[in-house]
Amino acid sequence: MPNIVVLVKQVPDTNAKIAINGQTVDLSAVKMVMSPYDEFALETALLHKEAAGGEVTALTVGGPSAEKILKDAKAMGVDNIVRIESSDSMDTNALQTVLKEAISGLGAEVVYCGKSAADTGAGSTGPGVAERLGWSSASNVISASFDGGLSVTSPGKGGNVRLSVPLPAVVSCDKGSFKVRKANIKGIMQAKKAAVDVRAIEAPPSTATVVNQSLPPAKPAGKSYQGGEAAAEVAQLLRDEANVL
Amino acid sequence: MSETIVIAEMNNNTIHPSTAELVAAACALGAEPTLVVPCTDAGAADSAASWAGISSLIAAKSTAFENYDAAGWASALDAVMPQGTIVTGASPQSKDLAARIAARRNLPVVQDVVKIDGNQVTSPVYSGKAMQTVALGSASVVSVRFNVFAPVQEGGQNSVSVVDTTGDVATSVQEFMARASERLDVSEANIVISGGRGMGSPDNFSHLEAVADTIGAAVGASRAAVDTWEAIPHSMQVGQTGKTVNPNLYIAVGISGAIQHLAGMRSSRYIVAINKDADAPIFKHADYGIVATWEEALPVLQAQFQSMMG
Repeated sequence: MPNIVVLVKQVPDTNAKIAINGQTVDLSAVKMVMSPYDEFALETALLHKEAAGGEVTALTVGGPSAEKILKDAKAMGVDNIVRIESSDSMDTNALQTVLKEAISGLGAEVVYCGKSAADTGAGSTGPGVAERLGWSSASNVISASFDGGLSVTSPGKGGNVRLSVPLPAVVSCDKGSFKVRKANIKGIMQAKKAAVDVRAIEAPPSTATVVNQSLPPAKPAGKSYQGGEAAAEVAQLLRDEANVL
Repeated sequence: MSETIVIAEMNNNTIHPSTAELVAAACALGAEPTLVVPCTDAGAADSAASWAGISSLIAAKSTAFENYDAAGWASALDAVMPQGTIVTGASPQSKDLAARIAARRNLPVVQDVVKIDGNQVTSPVYSGKAMQTVALGSASVVSVRFNVFAPVQEGGQNSVSVVDTTGDVATSVQEFMARASERLDVSEANIVISGGRGMGSPDNFSHLEAVADTIGAAVGASRAAVDTWEAIPHSMQVGQTGKTVNPNLYIAVGISGAIQHLAGMRSSRYIVAINKDADAPIFKHADYGIVATWEEALPVLQAQFQSMMG
């Protein structure tokens, strides 16, 4: 029976307006939620448990405020919730080293995560952690089946590909066909009482450091037209002015 | 940060032309790069032999490159690449590879770079609602968005070194599922035309397809369209919970421009918006905005494209 870990991250609500204060993003007024793709990962992890047995542990790295998303995961049905204490910002090398230690410590055989976090949009964590563990990985997965070993579908160049993935493995999940379950009352009550397992892991120093954050440069006003007939002129300009046809 | 390496963006064992943009990006980060071409047939590297801006050209030949497997590609490439800062494209597959190689070498990785200034690289964060600049303090791996850097030109003379390599392929392909249509995927196309709920019904997407076929575009959709109509699959969705696209030209039809959608397409080079509501937020981001219904504008657009392309 597999020991399953799902990585979850706290990010600003994707509908939130992002404000800049000085040289950095100011998130003090923003509602924080579980990164949307992590919900698909969580759903896949729970489906895996339902098909093959075992236990699911939700794991996050962050400060005490990140425990809210762990409670959300507990309410949806995970067995254990673990937070690795962290306050500093880490580059990918430092973060993935911490995650590798944590996953090894939990004795996991399969790890699910979102295809990217809604804040960075990078998608580095899944494949990076897999490499550090020496495990196989599959990314941007849109469906998974668990009968006779793990098999997943993800988009390749030219069409979708169904892959058989040997365990241990890290699988990053896209929206695809996953329908995320809702927490029920019993789950919510259990989550309230659940204790978070807080652990400390030493991170190596970061060499890539954030210099500043800013709002994207405003786009100069474009040309505007009234009425469908203008489409002919726009088509012409796309070739003669923009040079994109 | 002097040594740089570019991993060529590949498509069916041929070098994708956008690789010339990656070479230019690597030159901005340091010295002229070593271009490494992952291939099953070393002839694939020949198309870069005449490029300027390359210090050496390696055809990394392996059966591991037949199908994409992150572990297999990373191990096979690691064996042939010198140390230094590594540049890849920011396609979904290459971002995955970039992360895997960075981890293999214990380097940090920065994805989706759109600006390089010395050792400082800038990429969009919070779905493009902010930009973040990171200083690279040592060798790193960066993936670079397409259609941002001007490609290096012809004019070089590079001889191809063929290096055989092997990779530890972990996954195995069970089945290739060809797309239902021959049409390009939004994440691969240089032109994307997308429809929103303003299209009225999924059947009307046939009008977008007609335009797409005329100009060689992929057809996308807003989240509202995907959520409303079952006939519009999630694979077409552009935006925060769909695909991020960065084409030369993005045409938004009947899309209001919700923050979710903008997140997936705002960095397109040129944006055309067609919407009947003059106050739709999409117009703030459009280079060419047409206030009209799709019924009024699309036939005119299609006819003009046809006469231009014909």
